[in-house]
Amino acid sequence: MTTHAAALDRGGMDATEVGMGVYNMKLGMWVFLLSEVMFFTSLIGSYIILRSAHPDMFAQPGEVLAVNLTAFNTFLLICSSVTMVLAFAAIERGDQAKLKAWLIATALIGMSFLGVQVYEYIQLSSHGFVPSVEGYSAAGAPLYGSTFYTMTGFHGFHVFVGVLALWYLVIQAFRGKYTVANHGAVEITGLYWHFVDLVWIILFTIVYLI
Amino acid sequence: MATTLTEHAPHADAHHHELSFVRKYIFSEDHKIIGIQFLFMSLFFLLVGGLLAAIMRWQLAYPTDAANPLPGGGLFPETMVNNGIILPEFYNSAVTMHGTIMIFFAIMPLLVGVFANYLIPLQIGAPDMAFPKLNMASFWTAFPAGLIMLAGFFVEGGHSSAGWTQYAPLSADPEWTGVYAGQRLWLISMIILGFASLMGAVNYITTVINMRAPGMTWFRIPLPTWALFITAILILLAIPVLTGALIMLLFDQTIGTTFFASATGGEPLLWQHMFWFFGHPEVYILILPGMGFVSEIIAAGSRKPIFGYAAMVLAIIAIAFIGWLVWGHHMFQSGMNPMLGMSFMVTTMIIAVPSAIKVFNWLGTMWRGDLHFHTPMLHAVAFVAMFVIGGLSGVFVASTPVDIFLHDTYFVVAHIHYVLFGGSLFAIFGAITFWYPKMFGRMMNSTLGKIHFWLTLIFFNLVFFPMHNLGIAGMMRRIYDFTQYEYLAPFQGLQLFISWSAFVLIGAQFIFAFNFLYSLFRGEKAPQNPWHANSLEWTAAPSPPPHGNFAHTPTVYRGPYEYSHPDTPGDYWPQNEPGPAAPAPEPVYAE
Repeated sequence: MTTHAAALDRGGMDATEVGMGVYNMKLGMWVFLLSEVMFFTSLIGSYIILRSAHPDMFAQPGEVLAVNLTAFNTFLLICSSVTMVLAFAAIERGDQAKLKAWLIATALIGMSFLGVQVYEYIQLSSHGFVPSVEGYSAAGAPLYGSTFYTMTGFHGFHVFVGVLALWYLVIQAFRGKYTVANHGAVEITGLYWHFVDLVWIILFTIVYLI
Repeated sequence: MATTLTEHAPHADAHHHELSFVRKYIFSEDHKIIGIQFLFMSLFFLLVGGLLAAIMRWQLAYPTDAANPLPGGGLFPETMVNNGIILPEFYNSAVTMHGTIMIFFAIMPLLVGVFANYLIPLQIGAPDMAFPKLNMASFWTAFPAGLIMLAGFFVEGGHSSAGWTQYAPLSADPEWTGVYAGQRLWLISMIILGFASLMGAVNYITTVINMRAPGMTWFRIPLPTWALFITAILILLAIPVLTGALIMLLFDQTIGTTFFASATGGEPLLWQHMFWFFGHPEVYILILPGMGFVSEIIAAGSRKPIFGYAAMVLAIIAIAFIGWLVWGHHMFQSGMNPMLGMSFMVTTMIIAVPSAIKVFNWLGTMWRGDLHFHTPMLHAVAFVAMFVIGGLSGVFVASTPVDIFLHDTYFVVAHIHYVLFGGSLFAIFGAITFWYPKMFGRMMNSTLGKIHFWLTLIFFNLVFFPMHNLGIAGMMRRIYDFTQYEYLAPFQGLQLFISWSAFVLIGAQFIFAFNFLYSLFRGEKAPQNPWHANSLEWTAAPSPPPHGNFAHTPTVYRGPYEYSHPDTPGDYWPQNEPGPAAPAPEPVYAE
């Protein structure tokens, strides 16, 4: 009833300036990632507490886990972050062909990461490194398997969700949905993807290297 | 980066196209309908939780007494109630599920699911939430979580009986409680409910930051929205920690991991730390929104500006922040280092400061005000009084030496009910009666409202105040049959008194239920602004507001509590009124 009174005391605010100056989807993704930080903190924090309480129940780096293979996998995931940035840069310029190419590359690298992780899981479990008390025979104690699979498994699940989102973007990109003016979905998927990448770097360091 | 992206264009005006019944009322994306869906769901769970309490109170009034069988006990299978006697397994399950359902499926959705959804867009002048589809998904995730939780009662072995805190190893190893499927359903339901809360929190935070109407600066936001915004931040950061812990517990039970099983290297104490790291912010999730509602109601009911608006906002923020540093006070008896216990004691007591600021500001608001004791105002004033009692008993249990004596006794039961029932639930009753006209376009019956209020207030105190005495006398909480202990047997009479008061208290809630349902159809038509309040939901939108809320995006010129301002002829000054307000032509529903 009072839209006419724009000149009155509005604290210098305009409708578009009240918020953060960030569109809703992007702000929402940042907020969501904050809660993801807390989720991974709960898993990683438990691991740190359990491991410092029972150092004898965890094997030394390289004793059970294949560091070289996972280092290669880490490299893959970092590469996928680069291709994701390139995909975003492409659509910022309006380059549809490059957008599609880099999105497909990101999704494929993400799938490769998951493939290597599945291979690693199969190899480890065939050597008796399992996430449970029953059947456990690798170095350390079942606690090691419990924490390892829970942390890396939930990270892998996040990569899997990211890969699904990437293929969705690829389909939409082929339908020509993204333009210079409208590519919020590419940007927020990128934010998620970089976050998942970052979590992996932390996991790789504390689970495999330390 | 600020290139325009179509997603952020605010839909400035109301949508007027007609929606089908299913899209309008069932799979609705309208924040108001979603809020009302949460209202019906959580009031149903409030009833279930109350009936579970009645079962517990029957056992405590007539412990394993065949002469006084549980009324309606024949409806239960023999594994729960045998010949009218409540079996200990079922009692444990009732204790667990009363806590779980009341906290996670009644109070929390009533405060947040209902009012964050309903009020935030209306109070900040937005047409809807930032993500309406996500909002719909939030309700339709919470609803199945509730069904799964209810399903636990019907599986073999009964429902979870490890207490609402689910301490390991009692919860981790099914052999201890004899509950297999029920325990897993409990965990799965809670994990799913966490996703619902998370979706809501992302939505509320984004909406408050980004969707405010022109002129709605941070320090012009009404206090309910402030409180809900801060609460959403607590939910956002606390719930994932619980989810992580719940997943680990579920893995311990199903795939044989060993996070919390001490025999194979796990740490039962880790569960307690994770649970309470979530659980203490949760306590503030359950009280902060209530404080917001009460601030709104007391200002409108006193016809005075809220005393110390900025201090109220800062106190909410301070409580929320310090609330992260106090979780250890639930664990004084866990064998922690006394130095650590003392630091938790100090941080806990510091929270009393912002809490006291709020209480004094409410009193300052009412001081020499033009008081109108309508039903919402009565509930709000009762909130302040009961919260003071609950806050003071909180100081007792926060002191490490006193807590050694009081830990796990009925004193703690009394304390939690003074803050959660005397606090949160009175605030909820106040809020429902206050915003009911806006939600449904009809007034609730004021006489029935007052009868319900007085019966609830009196019998609430008769139920829970004597529990302080029981606790000091050494009665442990969650105990099935206190007469096993000679020193507790003399309290049989007091138990009987508490139980019958509790039955009257529960019975009085049916007056509210009747009033709620009756007024839906027969209540007096509500005007746009029955309480002569200032915030946008009253001054810029009809009752009930249409889809899209406002005909035009409102512009905001001042804070929400300009009551009895000398520059305006009326005794209230709408937030969206450019000049001095004309006296309202509408009737005042003062008393």
